[in-house]
Amino acid sequence: MRAAIEALAQGARVAVVCKSLLGKAHTVMAEGGLAAAMANVDKADDWRTHFRDTMNGGKRLNNWRMAQLHAEESPDRVRELEQWGALFDRTAEGEILQRAFGGHTFKRLCHVGDRTGLEMIRTLQDRGVEMGFDVFMECTVTRLLKDGDRVVGAFAYWRNSGDFVVFKAKAVVLATGGIGKSWKITSNSWECTGDGMTLAYDAGAELMDMEFVQFHPTGMVWPPGVMGILVTEAVRGEGGILRNKNGERFMEKYDPQRLELSTRDVVARSIYTEVKEGRGSPHGGAFLDISHKPAEYVKRKLPSMYHQFKELADVDITKGPMEVGPTCHYVMGGIRVDAETGQSSVPGLFAAGEAAAGLHGANRLGGNSLSDLLVFGRRAGLAAAEYAKKQTSPPIESAQIDHAARQALAPFECSAGENPYAIHQDLQEVMQNLVGIFRTEEDLCRALAALEKLEQRAHRVSATGSRVYNPGWHLCFDLHSMLTLSEACARAALARKESRGAHSRIDFPKTEDEWGRKNHLLVKKGEQMNLFELARPSMPAEIQQILEESK
Amino acid sequence: MAEKTATLRVYRGDRESGQAVDYQVPLAPGMVVLDAVHSIQAHQAPDLAVRWNCKAAKCGSCSAEVNGRPRLMCKTRMDSLPLDQPITVFPLKAFPIIKDLVTDVSWNYEVNKKITPFRPRPNVEWKMDQADVDRVQEFRKCIECFLCQNVCHVLREHAMKKEFGGPRFFVRTAALEMHPLDGVDRIPILRNELGLGYCNITKCCTEVCPEDIHITDNAIIPLKERVVDQFYDPLTMMFRKIFPSK
Repeated sequence: MRAAIEALAQGARVAVVCKSLLGKAHTVMAEGGLAAAMANVDKADDWRTHFRDTMNGGKRLNNWRMAQLHAEESPDRVRELEQWGALFDRTAEGEILQRAFGGHTFKRLCHVGDRTGLEMIRTLQDRGVEMGFDVFMECTVTRLLKDGDRVVGAFAYWRNSGDFVVFKAKAVVLATGGIGKSWKITSNSWECTGDGMTLAYDAGAELMDMEFVQFHPTGMVWPPGVMGILVTEAVRGEGGILRNKNGERFMEKYDPQRLELSTRDVVARSIYTEVKEGRGSPHGGAFLDISHKPAEYVKRKLPSMYHQFKELADVDITKGPMEVGPTCHYVMGGIRVDAETGQSSVPGLFAAGEAAAGLHGANRLGGNSLSDLLVFGRRAGLAAAEYAKKQTSPPIESAQIDHAARQALAPFECSAGENPYAIHQDLQEVMQNLVGIFRTEEDLCRALAALEKLEQRAHRVSATGSRVYNPGWHLCFDLHSMLTLSEACARAALARKESRGAHSRIDFPKTEDEWGRKNHLLVKKGEQMNLFELARPSMPAEIQQILEESK
Repeated sequence: MAEKTATLRVYRGDRESGQAVDYQVPLAPGMVVLDAVHSIQAHQAPDLAVRWNCKAAKCGSCSAEVNGRPRLMCKTRMDSLPLDQPITVFPLKAFPIIKDLVTDVSWNYEVNKKITPFRPRPNVEWKMDQADVDRVQEFRKCIECFLCQNVCHVLREHAMKKEFGGPRFFVRTAALEMHPLDGVDRIPILRNELGLGYCNITKCCTEVCPEDIHITDNAIIPLKERVVDQFYDPLTMMFRKIFPSK
């Protein structure tokens, strides 16, 4: 939405196409806050420190230029949100309040209790409606349309009727989020099937860093129905303590300095290890306790966590600990884009947010995703509008449209084929068991073999019923995306023979300097997925110097 | 031991016709109604239409009428319902059905456009007290599940969608009117376009709000007072009678 707002501001005509209703996207699940070096609480904070934290959190695999732009521009983007009506929590002086978060040197996260994402999405929604964007809700794009090399539109279908629609566009910005629905234990909603990344990949764009999938350390583990639902890092930001079944504060062992506020990859691995070594909680997690804080404080700062546990798990978090364990949360990888403009390697195709790669490197810091959306959403919208101004109205061949329509209807032709839900469930098992927090060559090879079989089954997938609002049919499209990106993740993970950030190889436990100099690219050639190594761009001396400075 | 099951009686159909269909669903600890609906999709009826996103009561997508009560399916635990009889799951009544449990809520997005958005007063300093922000933040918690719209009798029984905006949009207007730095007067909109006067404060909206927003007490009543102050103050009325503006 930030991209649409910026493109509108540049005088472009903008259509927002969304898979769900407007304002329901996965951003509403972002709880803890928005990272920006405003220095409202800790006066010593500045963009250099934020830049350094982001690079170190990402184990320096980040695109340095993106990390720099992000750290420099986030505070302006926050102020802008406030001027559009967002209401953040306040300091005693009346400024925007900031809280501590894992991997951030200073108190940096601007927040609204534990519902920051909702505040952001509503503010952008209101702003976009005011500026007059055309919104096409519950409309799913299944294919990008091209004229030669460049993207000139999209083929989509309306959920409400099942009818097809073609959007002609001089430029397309993908802001479609992540791929978490391929794992069984996940904090992600039904939308997070990586559609945008797959659309881009199918259109010839490069995917990068796909081996880096973040497992958030704290998801709910009990009861089974709620397994994976996110427990915000703000619980730890506000002073929450992790313990094992023996009552030991185990983070003292894994990261004695930062303890619970270590980076997410470290905390997730620590909890996983405690459980694996038999020191887990009754339902296979760890205890997270905030009950030493006054009950009123907990309810005010973490209201939705309070309700979530009370209503779904019968636990009063002001009185006792929560049971938590790692849950698939975010993918650092995505479409490879230009740092300044968000443009992919395909002309006319841009990407921002989780769909794009580069900013977060091997591990994302909490709070950096919301600021990512604002900073790079704006940049992509700006660049897309400028690009579109220079283009002539594109022709679209009817052959491409016919092909897309045939593909979309194929599941109805295949009677008595595979049930899409069964394939999805099997896919989640494969990814959960073989491409999880800790990886080995053997598991990854088994995963690739299993994915190939699932791919074959997916060719025979069938849909029943009418085309009107048919989730089974819809899942057939999603399966194509999830299978493509699962393969990308497993291939890149197999190729990276080291451990770095969120990618942990039991057979290669060390972080190697040599691997820190390259990213993995995945590109479609014919029907084949090809993997390349890409040398990382070198950093100018002055930026390198910021990185080496210690506070 | 046989697996424990529950019966879900789900509305299946479209705008024209439909009927309730019974499904047997195996129970699991802590299961919510949305899990049961998903289980039906996966094993019995892959084309069963339901709208959902976060499954954590943060997006407001999975609104339905469970045993006649408007609720979020993701927040309604199976073990809170009597399982010895079928659990009915029907779409929201106040909106046109698209298919099964999915309704057309687009009217709400049209009403929303009538409301003048936030405009700061000229030259404001961007500082606010937490105490002033608190009361607006209550309204900003709204997840647009439209349960309040569904249960409001002005919309549900009287279908006054042209004249009336509904509780959701009184909440939004209240948030804007009480924003410490806002400089717009929306009282005429409330009276003339959103039909605030039709609300007779029966508090049905407050009762169903999954975010526990005190819609009636904290949003609607203060707004009604502002309308009265501006339009029905006896002295002003008399003044207008004596000196008509045109």
